[in-house]
Amino acid sequence: MTVLYDDVKEGLALEPLSYDVSSTTVVLGALATRDWRPQHHDFHFATERNGVRDIFLNAPNQAAWFERYVTDWTGPRGRLGRMRFRMKGSVFPGDTMVFTGTVTGTEVDDTGCAWAEVEVTVKVGDEVKTTCAVRVALPTDPEDNPWSRRGDRWQP
Amino acid sequence: MSVLPADVADLIGQVQYEETGKFPVEQGYIWTAVSSVENGNPLFWDGVVADELTAGPIAPPSMLSTWFRPHHWAPGRTKQALPLQVHFDLKERLDLPEAVMSDNSLTFYEPVRPGDVLSTRQVLRSVSDEKTTKLGTGRFWEIDVEYRNQNGDLVGVESWTGFGYRR
Repeated sequence: MTVLYDDVKEGLALEPLSYDVSSTTVVLGALATRDWRPQHHDFHFATERNGVRDIFLNAPNQAAWFERYVTDWTGPRGRLGRMRFRMKGSVFPGDTMVFTGTVTGTEVDDTGCAWAEVEVTVKVGDEVKTTCAVRVALPTDPEDNPWSRRGDRWQP
Repeated sequence: MSVLPADVADLIGQVQYEETGKFPVEQGYIWTAVSSVENGNPLFWDGVVADELTAGPIAPPSMLSTWFRPHHWAPGRTKQALPLQVHFDLKERLDLPEAVMSDNSLTFYEPVRPGDVLSTRQVLRSVSDEKTTKLGTGRFWEIDVEYRNQNGDLVGVESWTGFGYRR
């Protein structure tokens, strides 16, 4: 499925994604991003040195989760331009993280590239853990392919 | 409140740690990464889709920094290699033993492809006055990391905000 620009309006809510985080989620995510720092795999280091209650998701792996969440919605023609995320709290094994997203703006830039701005939030219970502002290019019609843009025609 | 040391202030805006990657971007690691977040985007699993949309396989854009994290061990290495060295330099120079990353911004340009060998450079953008948060007392800093492929094409810019602190 591919989302087209004309189908997207400000205020559109993306389907939520819920995921039960385990120690495996955290360790797998850290190693998949080549992040060997002990707070992402060593319980004693995390609790005794960092002063938190367990190992926790690392930032690059959270970026991968955000990418997955947004492109689950857009389909493969959606092309990420920019992500800015802010971590307010850690996500630990045993947490159920819930992703929600809202389109906060749309535009077609001077090169004809169509964009959606999406604000994504990860919550555990009522607590916001991370927010991420994503700028993603969408096709304007079934034949349009944002991935074909290069150089000056790509202004993320 | 302590004053920012002059040698640290002088580093703001300077290009540091220009390096070429030690290994090429590789498909197996791409699959490990998308598997870790259960990302079923056919762009990364189906060669026909990748050929049609991106003229062959690409890496997920969010993997940008993955390609520059050093091996945990390498023959002959005598001291631990650290990614984002400017961050660790600041911790040591400012005597702030703990640190967390609070903000991360990624901007994506040319797609990264299997076989690419990336190069990178780091620029310290700012260091704050001393602040006290629930973690402890320390300073915030902003670091940009620019990534290019072997053809010199810009593939991405990553900006980090870190907080180094003492508990």
